[in-house]
Amino acid sequence: MIKESQLKAKDAYFSESVDAGDYFIYQISAGDTIRIVDTEGNQAADTLFYNANDVSERYSAMDTIREQGALYLTCDSMLKTNLNQDMLEIVADTCGRHDTVGGACATESNTVRYDLEKRCMHACRDSWMLAIQENEMYGLTKSDITHNINFFMNVPVTQEGKLTFEDGISAPGKYVELKAKMDTLVLISNCPQLNNPCNGYNPTPIEVLVWS
Amino acid sequence: MSTTQNHTLNSITQDQVYQTTIPGASHWSTMIRKGTQLRLKDIEGGANVGMLFFNPYQLSEKYNAPDTLKCQHTFKLTKGHCLYSEMGRIFCSVIDDSFGWHETMCGTSHPEHITEKWGQRDYQNHQNNWQQNGFDGFLVELAKYDLYKQDLCSNVNWFSEVSADVEGKLALTRTSQAGDEVVLRFEMDTLVVLHTCPHPLSEVNEYPNKPVAITLTQAEAMMQDDECLNHCSENRRGFENNALYHFGL
Repeated sequence: MIKESQLKAKDAYFSESVDAGDYFIYQISAGDTIRIVDTEGNQAADTLFYNANDVSERYSAMDTIREQGALYLTCDSMLKTNLNQDMLEIVADTCGRHDTVGGACATESNTVRYDLEKRCMHACRDSWMLAIQENEMYGLTKSDITHNINFFMNVPVTQEGKLTFEDGISAPGKYVELKAKMDTLVLISNCPQLNNPCNGYNPTPIEVLVWS
Repeated sequence: MSTTQNHTLNSITQDQVYQTTIPGASHWSTMIRKGTQLRLKDIEGGANVGMLFFNPYQLSEKYNAPDTLKCQHTFKLTKGHCLYSEMGRIFCSVIDDSFGWHETMCGTSHPEHITEKWGQRDYQNHQNNWQQNGFDGFLVELAKYDLYKQDLCSNVNWFSEVSADVEGKLALTRTSQAGDEVVLRFEMDTLVVLHTCPHPLSEVNEYPNKPVAITLTQAEAMMQDDECLNHCSENRRGFENNALYHFGL
């Protein structure tokens, strides 16, 4: 469902551009609204969320899709934690559909999907591995790096049970906005994948803005 | 070794067979070694088996549903599919399946799902016929290996079909009949954690307390025309990763 935001960029207390292939980690407070902008279009923003006060509670793709009874994320989707608690609600969305089934790219899954000799190409999970190494104060470990949201990615499931990767339905300037129900640690990998159309074969920057 | 009604163990190595019945509303875990075959059978119909997979030597390596689904371009699991870890390796292959569609993206029942539909878990009055939930079942088994809630990710729900319509709306569209079976061949040593608690989308009137028969045997060696190996080029590469993992053994 398409819904535009009433928030003005000039009122945001935080904004930052994140290049493709980089990670972004930032803590927001309950009640804050975070916007992720697909600046140039067709860019996957692989995103994980944690309860900032206890990172063992985190975004859960399974709990989210089960509780909403639907696969795709869009406006009014309530993101749930692994303890089945409300975490963030999507309050604005100009893209209309986001994936949470396809997971993130990893050097290991690239060997399976493309070629064993592509094992050294940069991937989202490597960005997250660096993020947990460089940000020890949050106490994140490999076990906390789990099934993510792919904002701006289109991964339709057919009625026959096939999973397909379609061209992005996103475009330059499309965004998604989420309101936090708890103090939340946000961890994004701006996807560097070059082997499939999830970034239009040309990874580009995203922008993150936060309002209190 | 003792033999009971539910449980026999033949000590002859070549023909080792282990059979047991896991009652409904229960949980269990066991080490299953490379080359072992696990047959799951729904005895009465309407069973659900939640299952997790870990590398016992490196417990942070675990079953990864998104990686499993995307590399095989599937939302359902059935014969021909392999179950992958996030390290690009195959825990096990689905070598036979009479049911046709097992789901892996709906997670497991939390205590509140069970309480809301069928009432509170109550050992005092129901003893082992209590209405256990899958989440607590998993947590109990995981703690035995020093694994905790942050180590609990996606599970398979064997014998439960969940499909999506064109808008992505999900429904538990089918459960298994008495006698339905699924057979897994293990491709590396694996810690298997399972429960027999209801699927979280189950809407049946009474708590489905459904037993499952388990048979462990030696698997037949994989041949070059193996259905799982040849299901897609991704699976061939997955088996290459396993071969590298076992290099020198």
